[in-house]
Amino acid sequence: MQTARQTGWMVVRQARNLMREPIWIAMMVIQPMLWLVLYGQLFSKVAPLRSGASSYVEFLTPGIICMNAFFGGSWSGMAMITDLDRHVIDRFLAAPTSRLAIILSQVVRAGVTAILQAIILLAVGYLLGVRVHGGVLGFLVVFAAAFLLASVFAGFSHGIALLLRRESSMIATANFVSLPLMFLSSILIGAALMPGWIHQVSRYNPVNWAVQAARNGVVFGGPWGETALYLLLLLAATAATSAFATWSFRAYQRSI
Amino acid sequence: MDAIVAEDLHKRYKAVQALDGVSFSVREGEVFGLLGPNGAGKSTTVRVLTTLTQPDSGRAIVAGEDVVRHPNRVRRSIGYVAQDSGVDWEATGRENLLLQGRIHGMAGPSLHARVDELLALLGLSDAGDRVARGYSGGMKRRLDIALGLVHRPKVLFLDEPTTGLDPEARVAMWVEVERLAAEEGLTILLTTHYLEEADRLAERVAIVSRGRIVIEGPPDELKAGLRGESVTVELEESDHRAEEAAAVVRSVDGTSEVKVEGRHVRTRVPNGAQAIPAILSALDGRGFPAASVTTARPSLDDVYLHYTGREFAAEDEEGTK
Repeated sequence: MQTARQTGWMVVRQARNLMREPIWIAMMVIQPMLWLVLYGQLFSKVAPLRSGASSYVEFLTPGIICMNAFFGGSWSGMAMITDLDRHVIDRFLAAPTSRLAIILSQVVRAGVTAILQAIILLAVGYLLGVRVHGGVLGFLVVFAAAFLLASVFAGFSHGIALLLRRESSMIATANFVSLPLMFLSSILIGAALMPGWIHQVSRYNPVNWAVQAARNGVVFGGPWGETALYLLLLLAATAATSAFATWSFRAYQRSI
Repeated sequence: MDAIVAEDLHKRYKAVQALDGVSFSVREGEVFGLLGPNGAGKSTTVRVLTTLTQPDSGRAIVAGEDVVRHPNRVRRSIGYVAQDSGVDWEATGRENLLLQGRIHGMAGPSLHARVDELLALLGLSDAGDRVARGYSGGMKRRLDIALGLVHRPKVLFLDEPTTGLDPEARVAMWVEVERLAAEEGLTILLTTHYLEEADRLAERVAIVSRGRIVIEGPPDELKAGLRGESVTVELEESDHRAEEAAAVVRSVDGTSEVKVEGRHVRTRVPNGAQAIPAILSALDGRGFPAASVTTARPSLDDVYLHYTGREFAAEDEEGTK
């Protein structure tokens, strides 16, 4: 209960502080559109890439939603580095602050940002002819997939931030992890077109779970059983990475 | 009752033995100073007492609770003002204080009233609704102290409260701490590497050197414990024979710890008024006329030198490396 209340207040802090950064807001809005338009145009003439969707943009939209979610999550640990550098974390830790609340607030921030970006992408996609074939349930699935995928990587990113505690190490790690995971998923091309081994590896990639779920929601309108399984896997992964991040406070506190 | 008890605290970071058996206690309502050069182990001691980190061995009780066994109970009773400001730059002073209060479970009108009260107490009323990024160093420091006080703690930890402040802001901070100690009835543990700060603020001090407490007591008693005064003889300007003069001073009965600083020869004697004629006549007889002579009661500087055998300033410089 106390953890829930503290998480709420910490989310308010995050949201309020970010609202004071107009550049951040502009980037959050513009960047996903840029990805969608650039990739959509680049591959628009390659017919097999559509993989059952009515256009490549339609195939791509759920993929870009997930790409934004997990990039956003992977980089979210930078906020922890700033808070560590400014000793805000030490102040919280010497008070009866729930460690889990500090992590969850960051996870929720990343997740909500991903949902906002999903809304923007679906709106831009609509103008490009993308329709959500799964109806209301399809929308909910897309938002859940974006929220959970961002959460998985936000938890991971904050754990790493607490272990490394340096901006440059953090940037290197985020790059090292995020680009391979993107290419080992069906964000850009369908599973049927992947080399066999990449297809096999992608089945264990959380990014791919989210892409599959979101694509079921937007392009195929089902099957919902499989979709629910993907979302549950993402929820379990979020629990695991959040637990890792919360545990990382111990490592940090041993070092100070 | 004691507000803080530290017993034989040890802590090692890789190659550095930061705490090597720190023991001391602080009475309720007292202002207690941990005095020592940079790197002596003061901040590590505070981090252990505020539950930020754990000791390798030893025990500490703060406000009646064990810091290792019940860290959250300790956290509810303490305010911690770290050496480095913990202000959230992107939030206003008021928002910083409200969040800190909410972490401590405060809410509603009583929280808002407390925040207004603290902003006024620390002279931040006008700046309270501005984002802290624009605050001066002194203002951030005062906000830090307000953050440590929101929940009306029993024990306040001030780690180097005036480091990095200009002299004017430092004196203002001293007045602030004195007022807080009197008005809020707090137990205050402050660390400092400024001798004059410990002398002025602390009712008792413990001198920390290389992870150990060297001596503990009220500043006046520590100085009185040296039993004596320092006598400084200044040689004439053209006289470059200070070392020879020091040898002469050493030969006078009752002198000890004779040191040379430029044209000055300093020594410790039991009684200045009695020793000066003997010192001066000895010097004069050997052809070292004195330009001036002064006596002084011992300072904490002398106390540090006496108990550690090392110069405070040199040790301090060493510790920053």
